[in-house]
Amino acid sequence: MKSHRIVFAFALAASLSVAVIETASAEDAPPRQKWSFSGPFGIYNQAQLQRGFKIYKEVCSTCHSIKLLAFRNLADPGGPGFTEEQAKAIAESYQVTAGPNDQGQMFQRPGTLADHFPPPFPNDQAARAALGGKLPPDMSVLAKARGYEWGFPKFVFDAFTMYQEDGPDYIHAILTGYTDPPAGEPLPPGTQYNKYFAGGAIGMPKPLTDGQVEYTDGTPATVDQYGRDVAAFLMWAAEPTLNARKQLGFQVMIFLIVLSGLLYFSKKKVWHDIAH
Amino acid sequence: MSGHSTYQPQSPFMQWLERRLPIASLVYSSFIAYPTPRNLNYWWTFGGILAFMLGVQVVTGIVLAMHYTPHVDLAFISVEQIMRDVNYGWLLRYLHANGASFFFVAVYVHIARGMYYGSYKEPREVLWILGVILFLLMVVTGFMGYVLPWGQMSFWAATVITNLFSALPGVGEPIVTWLWGGFAVGNPTLNRFYSLHYLLPFVIAGVVVLHIWALHMVGQNNPTGVEAKDDKDTVAFTPYATIKDGFFIGLFCIVYAWFVFYIPNYLGHSDNYIMANPGQTPTHIVPEWYYLPFYAILRAIPSKLLGVTALASSILILAFMPWLDTSRVRSANYRPYYRQFLFIFFAAVIGLGYLGSQEPSGGYVIAARILTIYYFAFFLVILPLLGLIEPTKPLPNSISESVLSKGAAA
Repeated sequence: MKSHRIVFAFALAASLSVAVIETASAEDAPPRQKWSFSGPFGIYNQAQLQRGFKIYKEVCSTCHSIKLLAFRNLADPGGPGFTEEQAKAIAESYQVTAGPNDQGQMFQRPGTLADHFPPPFPNDQAARAALGGKLPPDMSVLAKARGYEWGFPKFVFDAFTMYQEDGPDYIHAILTGYTDPPAGEPLPPGTQYNKYFAGGAIGMPKPLTDGQVEYTDGTPATVDQYGRDVAAFLMWAAEPTLNARKQLGFQVMIFLIVLSGLLYFSKKKVWHDIAH
Repeated sequence: MSGHSTYQPQSPFMQWLERRLPIASLVYSSFIAYPTPRNLNYWWTFGGILAFMLGVQVVTGIVLAMHYTPHVDLAFISVEQIMRDVNYGWLLRYLHANGASFFFVAVYVHIARGMYYGSYKEPREVLWILGVILFLLMVVTGFMGYVLPWGQMSFWAATVITNLFSALPGVGEPIVTWLWGGFAVGNPTLNRFYSLHYLLPFVIAGVVVLHIWALHMVGQNNPTGVEAKDDKDTVAFTPYATIKDGFFIGLFCIVYAWFVFYIPNYLGHSDNYIMANPGQTPTHIVPEWYYLPFYAILRAIPSKLLGVTALASSILILAFMPWLDTSRVRSANYRPYYRQFLFIFFAAVIGLGYLGSQEPSGGYVIAARILTIYYFAFFLVILPLLGLIEPTKPLPNSISESVLSKGAAA
C-alpha cells in the first residue's frame, strides 16, 4: 500500500509534466557510436588517437586552434602514446612565436615540448576576417562542450549505463551529417546544410572526404572512420586523464564496497541484541 | 549497556586538561554517551552524511583554491589547468563539482525526512529554522561556486540570478549594480563571488554547530514521533548511531564515486565548457539540477516581481512549517491523509524540477503553474486545515512499546 501511494503520486506529477511534452528538436539526434573509452573499463585506443591527431593536424588545424594542448601531452601516459622523441619532432615541425628578445622583437622559433599548439590565426578577428565572419571554436575542450539533450526518460538510463559520449557522438555526427538541404528551405549565404547542426545551417564547409587523409595501418579511409578517429582524439584532448580516472575509479569502488560490507556486518553485530 | 555514562578522565594529563578545558567531556557527552532513539531508521543517517559532505567540500575546495585564478581572462583556463597539470587535479575538481550535487541530494533527503516525521514540530522549531538557514546558505554557496569556472552557464546564471534583484521596486537597480561591483557581471563580480564562496562554508560550519547544539537540547525525533521517555527508549550515540551512519556514508560514497569516476559531467551542462562570452547568450539558460524546482516556480509566474517573491517564499515558507502545521501528531506514519498529500508534494517538487529544465512555453507553463499552486497550497491550506480535521491513528505509548510490538508481530 505504501509503494502504491508513492507510485500514484509520482505518476500524477509525471503525467502533469510529461503529458504536455512535444519533443520538438530541430536537429536530428546524433547516432550513438561505439567508443573504446565508454563504460567502466573503457580507455583510449592509442592507434585511434594517433589517427585522430593526424586528421586534426592535416585538416582541422587549418582553422581550429587547440590552445590548451601542449606538445608534451602527446607523450603523456593515457594519450596517443607517442614517444618523447616523436613528440619533440612534432613540436619542432611547428613554428611558435616567442619573445620579446633583447631587441624587443617577437620572433619565430621551432616548438619545444613545453609549448602549446600554436593557433592558426593570431587572434579571433583575424580568423573571422579570413573565414567569412565565422569564428571556428577552439578544440581543446570541444568534445565536452558539445552534447545533445536526450530528454526524459533516456537521461535516467544514461546514468546507469554510464553514457558520457554525447560530445564525440555529436562531433562524429556533424562530420558525417552533410546532406542536401530539405527542398524549399533556402540556406543563408556562406552556409551548408547539416542535419545534426542546430538550425541546420552550418558555417563550416564539409571538411572531410573519403581518402583525403592517408592511413598507413589498413584502417578504412572513409569519412565515417575519420569522424570517429578525430572525435576520439578530441575527447582525449578534452579529457586527457580519462584512463587514470577509470583505473582509480575501479580501485575506489572495490575499496568502498568492501568497506561498506564490513560496516554492514559491524552494524549487525553491534545491534544484534537491541530490538529496533 | 546503553552507556548513559559520564566522562571520567583516566590519565593525569586528561584530568589536568578537564579542569581547565572540559573539551573531552563535551565530545564524550555529545558524540558518545548522547542518547539517541533506538528506533531510528536509515533516513536519519543523512545528517551524518551531510556533515561528511561538508568536510569533503571544504577539503577539496581549499586545495582547489590553491590552484584557481579568479580573473575573467584566466578563471576558465586555470580550471582546465587544474584538470590537466595539477596532480590529481581532475579528481579534486570532479569530487568538488559532483560533491555539490551530492550535498544537495543529502539535504533534500534530510528535509524530506523532517517533513515526513514532523521533526519541525515543538520543541524542535529552532532546530528546524537553523536547518532552513543552512539550506539557504547552501543555495547561495552552491550558486557562487558554479560561477567560478567562468563558463557560459556560469556567466549567464550569474547574470540571470543577480538580475532578479532588479525586480525590487526603486532599490532594485542600485542593488544589482552594487552586487556586480560594476554595470555588468564582470571581474569584480567574479572576485567577490570567489571570496564569498570561500567564506560561506565556514559560516555553514558555524550554523551546523548551532544546529547540532539545538538538536542535543531537544533530542532527536524518531519514526513514531513519540518523545523518548527513559533509558529503555534510547541507545548511546556511539557505537549504535555511529556505526549505522558509517554504513550509510559508505553506501552514499559508492553512488557518489559512480558519478565522480564514471560520469563526472553527467550532472553538468556542456555549455559550461565554453568560456564565458558576454556577447553570446546560450540558447537555453538552465541552472544546476538542484535549483530547478525553484527556477520553475520563478518562471511559472508572469510578473517578474511576483515571480521573485514566489521564488524566495518557496524556501522561506519552510521556516514557518512548525506553525502552519496544526496537527498534534508528528509522524506521517500516524497521519494517513497528511502522508498522501506529502507524497504528492514530493512528486510535485520533482515535477517542477523537470519543468524547470525545459523551455518555458505552452503546456509546460500551465503544468508549472498547477504544481506551483499545489506547492504553496500544501503549506498554506493543507497543513493548517488538515491538522484540525484529520483522524489520526493511535500512537504507541513509548518508543520501546512500538519497537517490541513490531518485534512480536514479526
